[in-house]
Amino acid sequence: MSDKTGSPNVINIKTGLAEMLKGGVIMDVVTAEQAKVAEDAGAVAVMALERVPSDIRKAGGVARMSPPEVIEQVMEAVSIPVMAKCRIGHFAEAQILQAMGVDFIDESEVLTPADEEYHINKQTFKVPFVCGAKDLGEACRRIGEGAALMRTKGEPGTGNIVEAVRHMRKINAQISRVTHMDESELMSYARDLGAPYEILKMVRAQGRLPVPNFAAGGIATPADAALCMQLGAETVFVGSGIFKSDNPEKFARAIVKATAHFDDPAIVLEASKELEGVAMRGTEISEIEEPMKMANRGW
Amino acid sequence: MTQQKPIIGCLALQGAVELHRPHVEACGATFKAVKTPAQFEEVDGFILPGGESTTMLKLIERFDLWDVLAKQFAKKPVWGICAGSILMAETVLVSLPSSSRWRASSEALAPPLSRGQALGSGKDEPQSGSHMDPRRLSVPSERRGDDRPVLQKSFGLLPITVQRNGYGRQIDSHHALIDGYEVSLIRAPVITAVDDSVEVLARHEDTPIWVKRGAYMASTFHPELTQDFPSPMHKAFIEIVRSSVQSAS
Repeated sequence: MSDKTGSPNVINIKTGLAEMLKGGVIMDVVTAEQAKVAEDAGAVAVMALERVPSDIRKAGGVARMSPPEVIEQVMEAVSIPVMAKCRIGHFAEAQILQAMGVDFIDESEVLTPADEEYHINKQTFKVPFVCGAKDLGEACRRIGEGAALMRTKGEPGTGNIVEAVRHMRKINAQISRVTHMDESELMSYARDLGAPYEILKMVRAQGRLPVPNFAAGGIATPADAALCMQLGAETVFVGSGIFKSDNPEKFARAIVKATAHFDDPAIVLEASKELEGVAMRGTEISEIEEPMKMANRGW
Repeated sequence: MTQQKPIIGCLALQGAVELHRPHVEACGATFKAVKTPAQFEEVDGFILPGGESTTMLKLIERFDLWDVLAKQFAKKPVWGICAGSILMAETVLVSLPSSSRWRASSEALAPPLSRGQALGSGKDEPQSGSHMDPRRLSVPSERRGDDRPVLQKSFGLLPITVQRNGYGRQIDSHHALIDGYEVSLIRAPVITAVDDSVEVLARHEDTPIWVKRGAYMASTFHPELTQDFPSPMHKAFIEIVRSSVQSAS
């Protein structure tokens, strides 16, 4: 690396990778075979897991970082970027993932949190992090800690899009408010949101989060993907939605197609017809007991 | 005579598209994100943006855009960035995903490249002075029997050889300076060989990273991630597009 680099006008190298993933679909996979299916279908990255969120929900107990062998097999199988999850606050898991050379770390509420007070100080890592958020305050806190990419939390493993929509709508509405605030209003709003003032100032200047904003949690159909993209998500994460459907290959391809052409209903219709199977069985959010809601993990 | 603003179309199937807009507009050109054949017709030159080359290839084939794009590229200037440069290269070598060793993926189709070319680590053995293999590996579109992709398909617009993810994984991504302008190399490919007809506009660690031949330009780095508008690379490309528009009218 040249020692004269580091201009403040250059988007940081970690967020740079997030920029490259825009307009795509990131798929949860649990085996090398699934990773190949995802790559062949046109996934822009894969998330290597031991279990998809819906199975984590069913299994109960403590959900941890996947065994390194699972992640390594996926890394060997595909050439697209490989992401992996660590528990909220579990910086030692994150260090392991970085040592393995994964391309992105998801500090994820899908796993059982390791620290109820602190998230990982992501600034100290060379590998970029993605984190979930329910609102602008949470997004700004994670960006302040060094997250290179944000995503909605949604309610993972439910096949129910309502929570992702709620989070996306809320963040959009709050950004819109911020763009109309003057300095004194902004400081008081930063206090109310619990958001770092400097990050909020960047949000106001750009009219958007200073890092890319993706959707996750409950996306199960091409229409779900198109909905999130039209609400302003720049890429979608699909967790259980693909490999818990009737026909993973078709679902993966159809969701990729609908995401690339999210603004053309005729093509989203085409994609929806190509599914040849039913989507994963969904879960009504009110049927999930409050302590079981993953979106409430982290702050 | 009033000069019309050239229209720069950025292929928007996937990748870092919108970041080009301020650079293109700062050059006095019009920016358009394009993904359909009708939109391709409207532009004077193409940017193939950074993103995932594997994904872009799949989408181009899935949406039946290969022939349409090839026809467009035959008559208009094209600039490929990172993944885009991979789509433009005549020969694309696929590296082992999790390591810096190369998979000499040509073995099933053509005599393998000499060891120095195919198996070098890129960084330690710069390919300076190397030129295109005279055997000119053709880029196959078909797959091998075991359904693993071999050499990656490409439009072959530039006689260069490109090694995908040549520097390694994301952890190896870094910045570089080109005449004082800072650029980003993100999971970037490495240009391991260029034909003598190709002009090398910039090198990094002894390897070409910015090349041009006629109306075709490729860079393995991202100038669009630098928010000093316009970048020298955008300026250079839009000059190419302007002269191509002029000579056509």
